[in-house]
Amino acid sequence: MVELLSGGEMIARALEDEGVEYIFGYPGGAVLHIYDALFKDCKVPHVLVRHEQAATHAADGYARATGKPGVVLVTSGPGATNAITGIATAYMDSIPMVVFSGQVQSHLIGEDAFQETDMIGISRPIVKHSFMVKKAEDIPVMIKKAFHIAATGRPGPVVIDIPKDITRPDEKFEYHYPRSVKMRSYAPAQRGHTGQIKKAAKLLVSAKRPIIYAGGGVIQGEGSDLLTRLARELNYPVTNTLMGLGAFPATDRQFLGMLGMHGFYEANMAMHHSDVILAVGARFDDRVTNTVSKFCPGAKIIHVDVDPASISKTVPADIPIVGPVQAVLEELLAQLATIREKESDLPDQGALERWWKQIDEWRGKHGLWTGRRYGESKMIMPQQVIESLYRVTDGDAYVTSDVGQHQMFAAQYYRFDQPRRWINSGGLGTMGFGLPAAMGVQLAFPDKAVACVTGEGSIQMNIQELSTCTQYNTPVKIINLRNNYLGMVKQWQDMQYEGRYAMSTYEDSLPDFVKLMEAYGHVGMQVTQLSELDAKMEEAFAMKDRLVFLDIIIDPMEHVYPMHVAPNGSMKDMWLSKNERT
Amino acid sequence: MRRIISMLMENEPGALSRVVGLFSQRGYNIETLNVAPTDDPTLSRLTLTTAGDDKQIEQITKHLNKLVDVVKLVDLTEGAHIERDLMLIKVRAQGVLRDEVKRTTDIFRGQIVDVGPNVYTIQLAGTSDKLDSFVAAMADVDILEVVRSGVAGISRGEKVLSL
Ligand SMILES: Cc1cc2nc3c(=O)[nH]c(=O)nc-3n(C[C@H](O)[C@H](O)[C@H](O)COP(=O)(O)OP(=O)(O)OC[C@H]3O[C@@H](n4cnc5c(N)ncnc54)[C@H](O)[C@@H]3O)c2cc1C
Ligand SMILES: Cc1ncc(C[n+]2csc(CCOP(=O)(O)OP(=O)(O)O)c2C)c(N)n1
Ligand SMILES: [Mg+2]
Repeated sequence: MVELLSGGEMIARALEDEGVEYIFGYPGGAVLHIYDALFKDCKVPHVLVRHEQAATHAADGYARATGKPGVVLVTSGPGATNAITGIATAYMDSIPMVVFSGQVQSHLIGEDAFQETDMIGISRPIVKHSFMVKKAEDIPVMIKKAFHIAATGRPGPVVIDIPKDITRPDEKFEYHYPRSVKMRSYAPAQRGHTGQIKKAAKLLVSAKRPIIYAGGGVIQGEGSDLLTRLARELNYPVTNTLMGLGAFPATDRQFLGMLGMHGFYEANMAMHHSDVILAVGARFDDRVTNTVSKFCPGAKIIHVDVDPASISKTVPADIPIVGPVQAVLEELLAQLATIREKESDLPDQGALERWWKQIDEWRGKHGLWTGRRYGESKMIMPQQVIESLYRVTDGDAYVTSDVGQHQMFAAQYYRFDQPRRWINSGGLGTMGFGLPAAMGVQLAFPDKAVACVTGEGSIQMNIQELSTCTQYNTPVKIINLRNNYLGMVKQWQDMQYEGRYAMSTYEDSLPDFVKLMEAYGHVGMQVTQLSELDAKMEEAFAMKDRLVFLDIIIDPMEHVYPMHVAPNGSMKDMWLSKNERT
Repeated sequence: MRRIISMLMENEPGALSRVVGLFSQRGYNIETLNVAPTDDPTLSRLTLTTAGDDKQIEQITKHLNKLVDVVKLVDLTEGAHIERDLMLIKVRAQGVLRDEVKRTTDIFRGQIVDVGPNVYTIQLAGTSDKLDSFVAAMADVDILEVVRSGVAGISRGEKVLSL
């Protein structure tokens, strides 16, 4: 028997049928029919945030940690516009998300009706696709399409804008949720071009100074195991982008750390001096390449990406391969096996040995993990906080972050051995991402340790979510690297503006975070001495069912190093400390 | 280099704004734009001309192809093709110039489609270059209004853009 459901009920039911675990949202006039349908009959729990931006970040954090699309429901007008920053954040990092936004009634559209905003228009440049529902009957197929588009190919956010009249409870329609959809105009690549993969395999084994440069696409495309296998079979060094951390185990000897603007010395040096680069699911971002014309002058580049537009966008590829990481890496591994069966002396082991010797020399000289690379201070150094976090959580936590120096220290000093553990906004660099994202992660994995590494600037951009954490009991651990500055801004002002701190301090206006936590029903602790750092960290993580905020007073003068020399620098041009350059 | 990019897209509201938005969002130029439904009412045919180096054009076509509403796309300038731009041009046609306008129109194989005591409205179809030359040939004439359709194009021979 076919069921008859209203538009609002169809949405509720379709979310169940799609296997959605959480809806992150906030109600308002245009979505009240939907909320009523959720209230009456929907198995999917809804998380009420305190600001729609946080709904998108929470859904985003959930998506990054689980690989499943995050789901958001917001009302029209201000609800929709508040969601924009979070949608843009997800778009820049290719995160699957489906956002339902309410819209004014169909007949009012275009009349500047109450809480009317052209959501399709405003979100157009920051979505993978969007739908405006015209008829309630279309809802099931549209939702199926939205999830399909969001999660396949290069993932990304999809918006569904729904006029209120479409969801009215008194008009019922036949409901049938499609198992799959076919779209004539959407067909992401399923596998790479065999000829290209053969060429790539040949080039790869002929390399004398190879490097594997792996990005967020390896994590998104669940390619970490295959990538790790490939790297180990060849004994080639691996570097990860900020988005790719965890795609290859950080504690593996073959891992050179992150590359790029704040990348490891050995990673940037190895890139610059390489003769073959295998780039997988990485997009040659300007935070990685430094000056494009000086990028890795001696390297031939193999570029694997599911999105053809990522290939040769900034740096031309010698062997482009359009396809999903898994399928391409599988075929590449097979091709490599075939070649090496015939030519067992490939790759050239002597050359590889010399290459590793060179890399180990670089590592020993300036590697962040091979010696203490930061200065002495009477105060706690930010790096020590992350090292402590790593120790106390056994390297097994989910770590979200905000944006700034603390983000870079977390990326450099927490060693991620698994994909989907490091959750941060790389492409848009959205302050305010960390706490709501951590909520989403904690809801997905209630029994796991979830840490949010933040700064006193960023945390205040979505601090209202402390209340959501109380309501849903999400015991995240907030690690506040408190330097009393917009530290990353200050660093640039130190380096380029002779220390003129234009609007990068708050004077004495910061709240008492410990009291603030208590006001929300959480636990706050301040840490000022290195000697108490580990103990407080342990105490925090021992409180498994409480949100704990560690307000850690750190040395405000510390900078993030290495740092690419700009403008006109290459990958190998780096500041290594305040007065030392390559 | 000038390129003529032609595509079939879903005849959906919003599809056109995605194409146009892409160009402004990514800093590309649209020189002409022409769009209308096809024999298949679910599809529109959109043709645009743009200019850029090979790398830019490659990015433009890749991004256009990525748009979910774009079903199929061809860069007509990559092969032999026919392009047509349609112009309606209203000019002052008085005294000696009235005959002169008529003669020039004939030479360009245009048609005078509306006649007034003081004005002619001329219709002319052809490549954009041809229309430009016609306008240049009207240098002595008082041009009152020009409207052009933008380039529509199609491949020569057997090659077709269809599903
Ligand atoms: C303060 C700050 C400092 C930063 N410093 C650095 C830095 O030092 N180093 C650094 O690396 N970044 C840094 N970033 C981040 C930087 O801005 C970019 O976000 C990042 O470099 C992009 O990572 P990525 O190349 O892995 O691409 P992503 O943005 O992760 O893109 C993934 C790519 O993989 C592709 N893809 C997706 N799914 C698949 C699949 N299934 N198969 C194949 N391909 C797929 C996509 O099409 C895309 O091209 C910084 C950001 C901030 C905010
Ligand atoms: C929403 C937003 N506004 C502005 C910026 C620019 N910005 C980047 S880092 C930074 C400072 C962050 O300060 P804090 O959170 O205290 O971190 P710190 O750098 O001190 O560790 C600013 C303002 C941004 N990335 N996001
Ligand atoms: Mg700070």
